[in-house]
Amino acid sequence: MELLAEGIAKAVALLASLDQEVLAITLLSLKVSVTATIISLVLGILSGTLLALADFPGKRLMVSIVNTGMGLPPVVVGLFVTIFLWRNGPFGFLEILYTPTAMIIAQAVIATPIVTGITVASIQNLPANLRLQILALGATRLQMVRILIKEARLPLLAGVMAGFGGVISEVGASIMVGGNIKGYTRVLTTATVMETSRGNFDIAIALSIILLLLSFVINYVLTRIQQRERPR
Amino acid sequence: MKIWKQFSLLLAAVTACIAFGLPTPASAAPKSVILATTTSTQDSGLLDVLIPIFEKESGYFVKTIAVGSGQAMAMGKKGEADVLLVHSPDDEKKFMAEGFGVTRRLVMHNDFIIVGPASDPAKIRGAKTSADALKRIAQSGSLFLSRGDNSGTHAKEKKLWKTAGITPDGQKWYQQTGLGMGDTLNVAAEKKGYTLADRGTYLSIRKNLGLAILVEGDAKLLNVYHVIELNPAKWPKINAAGGKAFADFMVSRKVQELIGKFGVEKFGSPLFFPDAGKKPETLGL
Repeated sequence: MELLAEGIAKAVALLASLDQEVLAITLLSLKVSVTATIISLVLGILSGTLLALADFPGKRLMVSIVNTGMGLPPVVVGLFVTIFLWRNGPFGFLEILYTPTAMIIAQAVIATPIVTGITVASIQNLPANLRLQILALGATRLQMVRILIKEARLPLLAGVMAGFGGVISEVGASIMVGGNIKGYTRVLTTATVMETSRGNFDIAIALSIILLLLSFVINYVLTRIQQRERPR
Repeated sequence: MKIWKQFSLLLAAVTACIAFGLPTPASAAPKSVILATTTSTQDSGLLDVLIPIFEKESGYFVKTIAVGSGQAMAMGKKGEADVLLVHSPDDEKKFMAEGFGVTRRLVMHNDFIIVGPASDPAKIRGAKTSADALKRIAQSGSLFLSRGDNSGTHAKEKKLWKTAGITPDGQKWYQQTGLGMGDTLNVAAEKKGYTLADRGTYLSIRKNLGLAILVEGDAKLLNVYHVIELNPAKWPKINAAGGKAFADFMVSRKVQELIGKFGVEKFGSPLFFPDAGKKPETLGL
């Protein structure tokens, strides 16, 4: 318990003194996870909408695969992304292993199925007649898709939160493809792991608290937006 | 529509903040050197002192991947690292013999210690040799935590068990954590078990542990670090010049002095002893 109090005190001290290193680590966490979330949103909403609206043989199998992907273990993603990005691997010429870019790629791989899965569910959850009605009013297919996505915006925001929450808190893939390099790829989660193994539990707790706060602030803003629009 | 406008405004704002608020070391990319090393050099904080100096002097950007000697050498064999700083002499010799490295130079040493709960249930305190201590642990069936991760420390531990004539694998009192040195010490402290640790990591995290040094000073417990430059003939993509620069840096007089001083202020004694240029025989190897 004493340790926890020390950790909280340390977190306050680190935040209050605007510790440069902690600030940089926090900003990098945010940068990597937000970028990965944006990429996963574009890919996920597009493929999710397509998957929800199209009819083709093997669709159920595809949806099952996407739903399985929602629980993709980050270390598995980390391992495969590492193998692909190795210098002597297929994408080695890009020279991006142990860079923030590699972390963004790994995190986007983790978040995309989450966004896709939630998109499929939320589009399919719209009233079945809505599509017919929109088309009957003379909309083109593209316009129809836009309206459907708009109608599904509340659950889609939940998808955004789930995707972001999944990647900002993730450590396995980040440490494998990023390497926890000081001042370059060290993020809140990997720094927490390292400080724990160094026995600096107070700093580890402080970093965890900062991570939780960050996560909370982002989700709070997203939730405010979501709930304001809630149909009453 | 409002919701999406708000949402995209938010996204744009966040993205802008991040894009402008962060210096990106990657964009100004100086050539990078991948240093694969052991967890002990990172957990002790030594690299935090040395690497900024090297980066400033050489202009290279160092990517330190702290993984343990076994994985570091595996990275070297695949050409995924430019220089190694490791402490697993037998495996290193094999590594050199197989032609993966071009030079291997002695950098520093410290020593391994056997730590355990102060109550010392296996009564190993005062054991003359490490082999004797391990025998007592085995006979009393006291918990022993092994790293089990093919690190230099793990390799040393296996050798010590062999010397003691004991096969610990599969025994109930023998557990493998699969973690780095710092984490394994934390586990040992929590479970009140014994473990083999390098003195540097132990000293640097001692404050929260409650584990005592029970056996030390045996010549078999010496922990020697070498810096290995990798062979660009095997893997042309290696940054050989950067690797050589780092290796030269580690054995330079100035850095050797820094290594000898590291930790004195905080712990009263150095964590590592500089050895560059010495013959391994003088260390009793």
